[in-house]
Amino acid sequence: MSDIISKIGFLQQGPFAIPRWEALFANIDVLGRGALVTLLVSTLGLALALALGTLIGMMSASHVRPAKAFARAYVEFFQNTPLLIQVFMLYNAIPILYPGLFIPVIVIGILGVGMYHGAYIAEVVRAGIQSIGRGQLEAAISQGFTYVGAMRYIIIPQAMRIVLPPLTNQAVSLIKNTSVIAIIAGGDLMYAGDSFAGRFGHYGPTYIVVGLLYFLMCFPLARLAHRLEVRTRGN
Amino acid sequence: MEAFLNTPVMQMLSDPVLYIGLGYGLVLTLEISVLAVVFSFIFGTILGAMRYSGLPVLSQIATTYIEVVRNLPQLLLILTSYFVLGLPAMWAATIGLTIYTSSIIAEVIRGGLNSVPVGQWEAARSQGFSFLQSMRYIVLPPAVVKMIPPIVSQFVTVIKDSSFAMAIGAYELMFKGTILAAKYWKPSQIITIYVVISLVYFAINFTISSVARRLQSRLTVGRGSIGA
Repeated sequence: MSDIISKIGFLQQGPFAIPRWEALFANIDVLGRGALVTLLVSTLGLALALALGTLIGMMSASHVRPAKAFARAYVEFFQNTPLLIQVFMLYNAIPILYPGLFIPVIVIGILGVGMYHGAYIAEVVRAGIQSIGRGQLEAAISQGFTYVGAMRYIIIPQAMRIVLPPLTNQAVSLIKNTSVIAIIAGGDLMYAGDSFAGRFGHYGPTYIVVGLLYFLMCFPLARLAHRLEVRTRGN
Repeated sequence: MEAFLNTPVMQMLSDPVLYIGLGYGLVLTLEISVLAVVFSFIFGTILGAMRYSGLPVLSQIATTYIEVVRNLPQLLLILTSYFVLGLPAMWAATIGLTIYTSSIIAEVIRGGLNSVPVGQWEAARSQGFSFLQSMRYIVLPPAVVKMIPPIVSQFVTVIKDSSFAMAIGAYELMFKGTILAAKYWKPSQIITIYVVISLVYFAINFTISSVARRLQSRLTVGRGSIGA
């Protein structure tokens, strides 16, 4: 068997040769650690994006002029400039504005994806709130609900159904976008894969496994988003 | 006044080298983005039609491609085009963006076609329209209306994501800016350069986003309830 394999050229040489796979799997823990960093940045980044997105989305749907203007400016800036520049700005600006303050690259990644996807989530939240219609809130309050009670029992349950599918899609994009911190040596999955592949030239197998790991993180969420979408449309 | 003009930032901003460098970068950014959008549109239309057709093998190939590629980071696809496919930097960026964007365009096209009720197909066919005629006169007009705004806004995403090409050393706007930031090394200059690049990206993308939004509202208003 090994005799046959040794005679097939592309299994011994070329970008996907067997020795390359062996080298990769001997060091697979490098990718494992990278994947954990990606999961950490994604989880905390998503938490920040949800918090910012909810706040700015509510400002955007409100009738307070300055709040509305601020929310618009925030959304337009973050949606129309590359995430990479925002990350570079944070990376370069924080040490200049606060000399001596050391911020790990992971934190810059969390702030970067959090603020960027916060802008997208803000638009989702605004659309969710506006889809419910003011009449419902007024009707609920006239029936004796408090403002909080009306939100809790009338508005939010309905808005959730509309907001959940696009929010889940945002989570998928956010996980994929955490890969930008690889460019500033963030230690995430993309960086771990790229630096391992670069050291020995094992790009083929490494990128396949890196891709597979991202796929495993994103695909279940993408399916969930699809299922939620179908359910929302059904109603 | 004299003192103001002699600040590092003002010195940099009055240096033509800055604008020439960023100008070249911008040209490459636009080249990569336009090519990627054109290729994605062609490839995405084919994929979308394959998936929409429901033909056994074809639609499964398209579905697999779309579902796999959509769940991979754009940066990984650009790096793969460069290091594994061995393309030159500019083409690696273009192809990497195309691989991803076609899967998005394919879904937009399929969604647009799906938005036309099956009954309209059946009605057209029963009235003697051929497949192509039904497509051309009945299905495509309302479907295209639904497709245009998301395709236009996808252009914004491509322009933004073309900045990932700096990871493979393509001299687009972001990489040019970073090189210039190393040349003018003073902190205030570095921040100014990134602000200037942001403004360039913003000016282009905000214009496109506004066009997309205007199209969306105009097409929707003109066509009654289609936009829902």
